Amino acid sequence: MGQHFSLSAASLLLASGYPGARSVLEPAGEEAQQIAVLFWVMLSGGAVIWLGVVGLLLHSALFNRRRLAEKSASSIILWGGVVFPSVTLCALLAYALWLMPGLRPFAQASSAALRIEVTGRQFWWEVVYRPSQRPPVASANEIRLPVGERVELSLKSADVIHSFWIPPLGGKMDMIPGRTNRLSLMATKPGIFRGPCTEYCGTSHALMAFSAVAMEPEAFRSWLAAQAIPAEGAGASGGALFLRHGCGSCHFVAGTDARGLIGPDLSHLGSRVTVGAGILPNTEDAVARFIARPDLIKPGSRMPAFDMLPPDDIRAIAAWLRGLQ
Amino acid sequence: MSAAIKERSREEYKAQEERLRDVWANPAGWRYWTSVNNFQIGLWYGSAAFAFMLFAGALALLMRLQLAVPDNDFLSADFFNQAFTLHGTVMMFLFAVPIFEAVAIFLLPPMLGAREMPFPRLGAFSFWSFLLGGVFVCGSIFFNAAPSAGWFMYPPLATDKQFSGIGADIWLLGLSFIEVASIAAAVELIVGIMKCRAPGMRINLMPLFAWYLLIVAGMILFAFPPLIAGDLLFEMERMFDWPFFDAARGGDPLLWQHLFWIFGHPEVYIIFLPAIALMAMIVPTFSQRPIVGYSWIVLAAVGTGFLSFGLWVHHMFATGLPQISLAFFSAASEAVAIPTGVQIFVFIATMLAGRVIFSTPMLFGTGGLAIFVIGGLTGVMVALAPFDWQAHDTYFVVAHLHYVLIGGMLFPVVAGLYYYYPLIDAKKLSDRLGRLAFWLMFCGFNIAFFPMHLSGLRGMPRRVFTYPAEIGLDWLNLISTAGAFIFAAGVLVVVFDVLRPKHREPRGEFNPWNAGTLEWISEPEENWGVRSIPIVRSRYPLWDQKDLARKVNGGRYYLPDAEEGWREGLVTSVLDAEPIQVLRVGGTSHVTIVSALSLGAAFIALTFHWWIATALAAITCFCAVIYWLWTGTGEIPEKPEKDVGLGLSLPLYASGPDSVGWWAMFITMVGDGTAFASLVFGYFFYWTIHIDFTAGIAGPDAAWSLAAAILFAAAWGLMVAARMFNRRGATAAMRGLLVLSLLTTVGASAAGLAAPWSPGMDPTRHVYPAIVWILVIWVLAHAALGTVMQAYCLARSLAGRLTPKHDMDLSNVVLYWHFLLITAVITFVTIGLFPAAM
Repeated sequence: MGQHFSLSAASLLLASGYPGARSVLEPAGEEAQQIAVLFWVMLSGGAVIWLGVVGLLLHSALFNRRRLAEKSASSIILWGGVVFPSVTLCALLAYALWLMPGLRPFAQASSAALRIEVTGRQFWWEVVYRPSQRPPVASANEIRLPVGERVELSLKSADVIHSFWIPPLGGKMDMIPGRTNRLSLMATKPGIFRGPCTEYCGTSHALMAFSAVAMEPEAFRSWLAAQAIPAEGAGASGGALFLRHGCGSCHFVAGTDARGLIGPDLSHLGSRVTVGAGILPNTEDAVARFIARPDLIKPGSRMPAFDMLPPDDIRAIAAWLRGLQ
Repeated sequence: MSAAIKERSREEYKAQEERLRDVWANPAGWRYWTSVNNFQIGLWYGSAAFAFMLFAGALALLMRLQLAVPDNDFLSADFFNQAFTLHGTVMMFLFAVPIFEAVAIFLLPPMLGAREMPFPRLGAFSFWSFLLGGVFVCGSIFFNAAPSAGWFMYPPLATDKQFSGIGADIWLLGLSFIEVASIAAAVELIVGIMKCRAPGMRINLMPLFAWYLLIVAGMILFAFPPLIAGDLLFEMERMFDWPFFDAARGGDPLLWQHLFWIFGHPEVYIIFLPAIALMAMIVPTFSQRPIVGYSWIVLAAVGTGFLSFGLWVHHMFATGLPQISLAFFSAASEAVAIPTGVQIFVFIATMLAGRVIFSTPMLFGTGGLAIFVIGGLTGVMVALAPFDWQAHDTYFVVAHLHYVLIGGMLFPVVAGLYYYYPLIDAKKLSDRLGRLAFWLMFCGFNIAFFPMHLSGLRGMPRRVFTYPAEIGLDWLNLISTAGAFIFAAGVLVVVFDVLRPKHREPRGEFNPWNAGTLEWISEPEENWGVRSIPIVRSRYPLWDQKDLARKVNGGRYYLPDAEEGWREGLVTSVLDAEPIQVLRVGGTSHVTIVSALSLGAAFIALTFHWWIATALAAITCFCAVIYWLWTGTGEIPEKPEKDVGLGLSLPLYASGPDSVGWWAMFITMVGDGTAFASLVFGYFFYWTIHIDFTAGIAGPDAAWSLAAAILFAAAWGLMVAARMFNRRGATAAMRGLLVLSLLTTVGASAAGLAAPWSPGMDPTRHVYPAIVWILVIWVLAHAALGTVMQAYCLARSLAGRLTPKHDMDLSNVVLYWHFLLITAVITFVTIGLFPAAM
């Protein structure tokens, strides 16, 4: 029942076209939860300290009418400038250091049942799911994870530095050429979130995002199983146009002759929340617009414009891609 | 009879004053721009920095317009990226650091009771370099060629030519040039503060501003060289494809991040501390009492300076470094809040112990502190690695850094402007306009930047040229944009107040705020700084030493005259400020402009790979500098001593550690050594990240390396011997040794070259040969400079300008050779023997 409910909730969100806006302060993951608590603690403490310091500042500048003896003034420096901050900061630091091993336990985390490999590219994300004891599943620009299970992410880059972040789930981790960074996340609530690239990576850095979908474990497993085989619509008629116009030399579509590895994998494009790396709703119109003028929608994108194709062909290809469920 | 004496002494006084005025006068007409006087240079430097700030602010307004609404197309992505890159770059390199060099050059001599900075021509050189470099970097945006990879220029985005164009070269070369200017200014400030204080101004009587500037100049000396070393590696990669940051060939983009932030974090405090220094001058004046906790605040500033070098990794918390180092750097970053807190409480304590006059400067000062404390508190938050994983590279950090820099730097600078403006022409800025400007700036700032905390937490990354609607950022951004324009209106009111004509206003008093420090006795229309150099006995001499102003301006103290037609000041000892020498400083000259402009031309031509123009400009610069040194330094005075007044006679010439030139060389070489250490750090960094960092490539020949090290040691030994023989009067032996040392250096360089050359190391193949080559080239370039110095000494000796008694040139060159020896030995032992030892 619960599982059924969350599935339909997810599909409702899917229908709205955009990932739900969720901030760092509305956590849906274990790490984000603890950091949010840390933040609220620091915010309340900080507010009190600010009021105290500024109050004292205004009092001494505007209302103080008796000259304090130099000795008392010196003791204000000692207590206010040294003792108080030292004690407060030590306590805060102890709290944060105590949190750290629990938040990022990747030293012992190779036990995670699911590893997701994400590679940043200008300006999209290559995603490979590596479930234990099953063949890998390729995708792009969308990351799905099961609620309540720890997932290990291997983060890499194929060109420049990018950074991986799903605000309501946890903190970010850079993707650096030549290195593989690991991040372990556990979603605690289902939902769809926006994951923006957070290291400046060139012209369209602002237009590089992905959708993160946290699903109930059962739903996740059936989704992953479906992704592992070619989409049902792969044999439909638009596929021939896709191949004829050369799209297959850059894109991979399982079950067809499109075997390119330069651009995003499109095998199940129709099932994704967004297209164009988190920037457009997944509608036929949006897909068609992207095919025609990717340079307008995403400046600096490697994909050439295809607006010289007959509009009917573009629409047919877009319809076929949307059908890759 | 006594009336006649009085009459004669009045006449003599007039004649003295006339001579002094003539010597220090600025040239007329267009030659005015060849002036090197600290008053002019400080004013030009400050005005230029302020103009760059307005330019960068205008870029910020364009960006805010673009971000006012979601999915906006007011600016193109590419232009926006150029704009934010230039905004950060200009604010940091062309405003925040230079404005303090400007204020320091302007204020320090009168504040220390000195006539001038010790190297006025170096100050002028620094200014002209800065101006040319700044115009070059800023101008690039009008040709759509500005850097667009962010002010931090992370590789591979900024190094790889398929991702970034000429803008990256403009950034690198333009700013390297400006960094050189900054280091030149730092050398001058350190020597000025340590050696040119008024007699009696012991180091614990120094005005706090001088303490802070001393600390900051020291920080520049250790912070900028790592960036220069990084720039060198960076440009070698861009120009010649040496793979320092290319992961495919053993390089690592993270090395740049380390070098950049080893510079970049101290940079924040380099900006912030001088602003606090201004507050430390303003607060006591308006509290009408000396500062409470002088030692506290000095120690806190020193502590901040030290700690700031141990924090850089907090800019790299998300790069995947080991948890243990994140924990260490979190702790260090928290610790720096303590000395910062001490400094704020020193101001509070001073105000509580005094009676505060709440003037416009105080309004800007306290308003700035209220803003800064918010920035400090969010700084404490982001210093903790876990919270930083969330906040890093979002608008939360944009808010944090602007609260720190605008509250901690811009507001105090405006406070300083309102406070010190009367020094220019004895006229105050308008209180009414000042208060209007403050409220516009204060409200506008908070409206603009406070919402950014929230947009960051809602998932808005930094450096985005747009954002989608429907993700909860629309209103926050619109409010920020509105605030930015209110803030800008406030800044414009300040600009108007400064620029509005004031010739109708009557001139006020010289010391309108009744301040206690020496800068307030200088007469604005005179160029000489102080009429006579006083004896100082207090931290606030104008409050504590009766009649000081009258006596100083009556020429009753040291050096009231310029009878030989020289610009003269006193050199005093470092700790106790006992007078030890009369220093004759360089006057008006065009050689500073020629050398700065030709050096700039060399850098600019290099950007566009115009090799011939580069060579021509570099040769011009070389000749100009040699001419400058030959004609303007190490002059042998016409008499050994001179009477400076009050019955004191001081030598006119000093050599070795007594001389300012020796100190300048020492300080410069410390900076140079820091850059070298950064390159060595790079070598060992590659060693730590690879299992076999040689990648199976044959290393430099051990025998050649050893030979090079030994020959460099021999050349050094010959130099030391040459200095010794010269002091004993054996001029011919000295000349012979110089020639011998020069030849040995050439041999040493050849051996050094053979070390990586003989096994055929190809620097484009892998990072290992590349880092070896860069170390060797570093040594060889220094050796080449060393031979020029040897030849220079030889020529000076032959020309009779270097004698056994007057050996300043040789003594400074030997000092250079000490550093060269260390550099060469470390290099050749590292590259030749270290791989074998592994």
